[in-house]
Amino acid sequence: MADARKRLDAATVAQRGPVGSASPHDSAAKQVAGEAVYIDDIAAPVGLAHAYLGLSQIAHGKLVSLDLSAVRSAPGVFTVLTAADIPGVNDISSTHRHDEPVFATDTILHHGQPLFAVIAETRDQARRAAALAKAVYEEAPPHLDVAAARAAGSDLVTDPLKLERGDVAGALAASPRRLKASMAIGGQDHFYLEGQIALAIPGEDEDVLVQSSTQHPSEVQHMVAAVLGIGSHAVTIEVRRMGGGFGGKETQANLFACVAALAARKLYRPVKLRPDRDDDMVITGKRHDFVCDYEIGFDDEGHILAVDAVYAARCGWNADLSGPVTDRALFHMDNCYFYPAVRGRSEPLRTHTVSNTAFRGFGGPQGMVGAERFIEEVAYATGLDPLEVRKRNLYGGAGRDITPYHQQVEDNIAGHVIAELERGCDYRARQAAIRAANRTSKVIKRGIALTPVKFGISFTATWFNQAGALVHVYTDGTVALNHGGTEMGQGLYIKVAQVVAQAFGIGLDRVKITATTTGKVPNTSATAASSGSDLNGMAALDACETIKKRLVAFATGHWQVPPEAVTFLPGCVRIGTQELSFAELVAAAYMARVQLSATGFYATPKIHWDRKAGRGHPFYYFAYGAAATEVAIDTLTGEYRVERVDILHDCGTSLNPAIDKGQIEGGFIQGMGWLTTEELVWDEKGRLRTHAPSTYKIPVASDRPRIFNVALLDNAPNREPTIHRSKAVGEPPLMLAISVLHALSDAVASVGDYRICPRLDAPATPERVLDAVDRVRAEAGGP
Amino acid sequence: MRERLRFYFGEELIEIASCDPTLTLLDWLRLERRRTGSKEGCAEGDCGACTVVIGRLDGGRLRYEAINACIRFLLTLDGCHLLTVEHLKGTDGRLHPVQQAMVDCHGSQCGFCTPGFVMSLFALWLNEDRPSVARIEDALAGNLCRCTGYEPIIQAAQRLYERGDRANDRFALASPAMVKRLDALADGETLALADGSRRFFAPASVEALADLLSVYPEAVLVAGATDVGLWITKGMQQPATVIYLGRLDELRTISDQGGHLRIGAMVNHIDTRKALAELSPQLDELMRRFGGEQVRNAGTIGGNIANGSPIGDLPPALIALGATLVLRHGDEGRELPLENFFLDYRKQDRQPGEFVEAVLVPKLPEDALFHISKISKRFDEDISAVCGAFLLRWDAGGIITEARLAYGGMAGIPKRAAAAEAALLGQEWNGTSVAAAIAALPQDFTPLTDMRASAGYRLKVAGNLLRRFLIETSEPETETRVAGLLAEAAHG
Repeated sequence: MADARKRLDAATVAQRGPVGSASPHDSAAKQVAGEAVYIDDIAAPVGLAHAYLGLSQIAHGKLVSLDLSAVRSAPGVFTVLTAADIPGVNDISSTHRHDEPVFATDTILHHGQPLFAVIAETRDQARRAAALAKAVYEEAPPHLDVAAARAAGSDLVTDPLKLERGDVAGALAASPRRLKASMAIGGQDHFYLEGQIALAIPGEDEDVLVQSSTQHPSEVQHMVAAVLGIGSHAVTIEVRRMGGGFGGKETQANLFACVAALAARKLYRPVKLRPDRDDDMVITGKRHDFVCDYEIGFDDEGHILAVDAVYAARCGWNADLSGPVTDRALFHMDNCYFYPAVRGRSEPLRTHTVSNTAFRGFGGPQGMVGAERFIEEVAYATGLDPLEVRKRNLYGGAGRDITPYHQQVEDNIAGHVIAELERGCDYRARQAAIRAANRTSKVIKRGIALTPVKFGISFTATWFNQAGALVHVYTDGTVALNHGGTEMGQGLYIKVAQVVAQAFGIGLDRVKITATTTGKVPNTSATAASSGSDLNGMAALDACETIKKRLVAFATGHWQVPPEAVTFLPGCVRIGTQELSFAELVAAAYMARVQLSATGFYATPKIHWDRKAGRGHPFYYFAYGAAATEVAIDTLTGEYRVERVDILHDCGTSLNPAIDKGQIEGGFIQGMGWLTTEELVWDEKGRLRTHAPSTYKIPVASDRPRIFNVALLDNAPNREPTIHRSKAVGEPPLMLAISVLHALSDAVASVGDYRICPRLDAPATPERVLDAVDRVRAEAGGP
Repeated sequence: MRERLRFYFGEELIEIASCDPTLTLLDWLRLERRRTGSKEGCAEGDCGACTVVIGRLDGGRLRYEAINACIRFLLTLDGCHLLTVEHLKGTDGRLHPVQQAMVDCHGSQCGFCTPGFVMSLFALWLNEDRPSVARIEDALAGNLCRCTGYEPIIQAAQRLYERGDRANDRFALASPAMVKRLDALADGETLALADGSRRFFAPASVEALADLLSVYPEAVLVAGATDVGLWITKGMQQPATVIYLGRLDELRTISDQGGHLRIGAMVNHIDTRKALAELSPQLDELMRRFGGEQVRNAGTIGGNIANGSPIGDLPPALIALGATLVLRHGDEGRELPLENFFLDYRKQDRQPGEFVEAVLVPKLPEDALFHISKISKRFDEDISAVCGAFLLRWDAGGIITEARLAYGGMAGIPKRAAAAEAALLGQEWNGTSVAAAIAALPQDFTPLTDMRASAGYRLKVAGNLLRRFLIETSEPETETRVAGLLAEAAHG
């Protein structure tokens, strides 16, 4: 216990050195030179074969027969794999529901569901062969979206969650005013630039090594073991880097790794599986789209008195992570706002579409989009300014600090962040100018909105909040660092390396960052929930502290000084009155047979969660931020442009401000894409029509705000003793982009003199914006 | 006839005598040469992760262009200089200024798109001095990044120009020597390679092309391969005979013929833009938004027309202008109004063995009003949901005497709105006549609902574009555009 306290102290003392410096991404120089190795770049092992998946051509029904003879006899084909070839279980359900077969057997549940894999000498041969299958189906009508699933009485993929506090029915009845409406919130494809890929290499005994582009090596390991019917100890998963993840490789990498491993074991050859981009998008899950039905009670002063909301999600054909995703939507249905009485219910519906999955924010963004719509409704209903309504409903004050899940908000800084940003970006004056200009501007209307973010940090599955690390110090004083977190571009490796370099007082160049592998650090959690540096930074520091403790003990005896006289400083270790280099100390310790390698471990304190009761303390802390966005819309076409964005974001005491700024800017733009141009379209047969960048439009360079001011909140150390008092930053900034949706809405509202709530759904494509303009005009009785 | 492909790969002369006619440059790089810096992100020329730079002789000058290696066929590189991201580092191991700027500005996160961005910026750096931010954005429109939000990449481009030394860039200095080497490769011979029963030809003269077409009338003609490339990478087609037109410098000429411009079929979109920009800023903006920079470098005006897409960007504008298509079959030529070329969805009036030689684009009459609006989900690097191009003329009394309203995205082919035009003819140009034209549009079009837009939106916007046209012509002080060159111009 004393050790643990000492370690926490070490973590939280402000220090100068690598931590807090704007070090470039550890791979930057390799990336710009084309030398950073992604899985498809690994030199092909001898005998490499290539797998390709054969996919269902219907969305729902029975697979009556599957004739693979032409596939088998195609040029270059080694073998064809179906469910019958699986020695273990034909299931890769990450939540152990046995609802996610690797290969479909008789029931087809979505268009693009894998039926078989063909393995050939070249990828081109495998791909051509896969197209030769003759499947006979008995089609059934597919239920493709929330409305259809509800109408058909579809089942839920997982138990729904209910959060409740106070007497909602009573509070609604007692509210001076109430309204009821609905909002559609679109999904999103991850569009990681590097698609799904796995390379499996068979070894002796039952061993298999899989290079997998995954955020969750341990889960891939367990899935491969289960599918192959072997122990986890025979399976090693390695990932040096991903070309983007964003949640899309948290569970979705399992399929590709398992098929590659299955083929590798069967053929005793290395096997690579890399689907074409279109197939990747057709096969893999995406961000859940939601329909949020809400009823709000409020008063004339804009105070929300009660909220009753149902968040229904298109979950797709299996549960995957839909349970925790829809849970997190409810956890963020409050955003920064206190609801005196509240009930939130999730409705995770099964549909005949891809199985929707984790995506940066993990349901939180959808929950928060709902919360901001509630605010907007109240603002238009009362005639109050939306920002004023936001402020009036913030958490804070006596009895106004309990969330719908009964956690007390202890670290609330939303009001401060909003006030700082409002002042800093000259919000009020600009708003007034925009409103004045809109009165005379015939076609182009401008809008502005400021929205806050409060995002809960921790996996809501409490047991995932643990991490391990392995630190080796070599006799020359260099360090090999390994931990359970994966690198997908977010800068986790450099941040943890900074922590380690700081701990030993050495330069970053002395720390070698090594690929994440289940062989070094076992039983890891997914690099997800923004938790990467919180968890792995602490675990790595724990390992460093263990080694340092041994070094101190050695120095104490060797140089006859008290322990307090041994201090690790930047560039040297002071022992009594003399200064040694870290390498000199280490070399001496080695000669004295001191162990220079250690594992580290961390488990997040304080958190607990009782899902059945809907009560607990699921989040260790909250990350905050706010964004003010100004847009221009064209009321003839619905086209728009984001003209200016100001962001103030809370990273605690940043481990690396350059990396954090990159997360904020990138997260914002990704969120902006989600809420604007990124539209997923399925046709009536359940075929995804937006399955490539030609049809699915993520932001390009010119979509950047014309003016983009991003600042990290100053002097805002995390109140909890996290790694060097930093805060998680992966997901929260994505939700800053909700300000874009509300700025668009504000611009639309101008055509109705700000009297009618535009109820602009997401994504706000030009078409939706124009529809909203026309509807508001019609309701306002205008031309 | 020459049966050997020859091009320079960095400093190395590559000679290839046997090759799949449609092997992509990216597969050659990654699979055969193990140059894995260039990435496959989409295999359809839309994400730019595979961007490489190709140098070719253009009027004795070495012209470097960023292109997508994923949809370019290796055999089309004859006589070119190929540079990939691996070539940029100096022999001393130092990063090229483009690369260093990207590192300094934190321009990479996951890094998968990064080599493509580096190569797009490298091409910009070789070709242009002090580009504006808007120009940098254009040069990067064909590069998708999912991590950074682009801000640090734009900053890297700016820093590059602040700190770099263009005049002494290693590649600029080496250019004269490379011109000589490429000159030596330009033998005027038709390149002919076979792979089993499949054939590839790259004739060096229109005459040779005409001869080849008489033997192989069903050959697939490849211009920039920005569409045909997808038949291979996505459609997995294996055309028996491929004829590449990229060595036909005769088809790369633009000439001013008094009343009109004659633009050769193989003029790429970059050069087409320069020529058309002289006619109207509306055309300048349309061409600016054409695909990404890599597609604008590779794609050609002839290819854009000949592939007959209902949503091709150029045809509505050219139809509104009254452009004429010049087709050639052997020694025989014929001309037809462009609007008559498009017969039905993906069906054109082109006979086997016939090819598009040039487009005659009339200059705008001084008294004409001209307007183009392209409406897409994303403003840049997207395909039209609706594209409208309008030309109007009237007499001394203000009565409309000529109305050419052409639309893309509204039917299976780019098409004029006959009923709407009729509603305008003989009327004054005002709200009343515009309302009548809009009311007539449903007679002209029954658009489809697809992933780009609904039928209702298409029809509504098709009409609203006429309103926009009226406002722009009658109230020039009114702001009507939110983005692009025309918005910038209006903002001042």
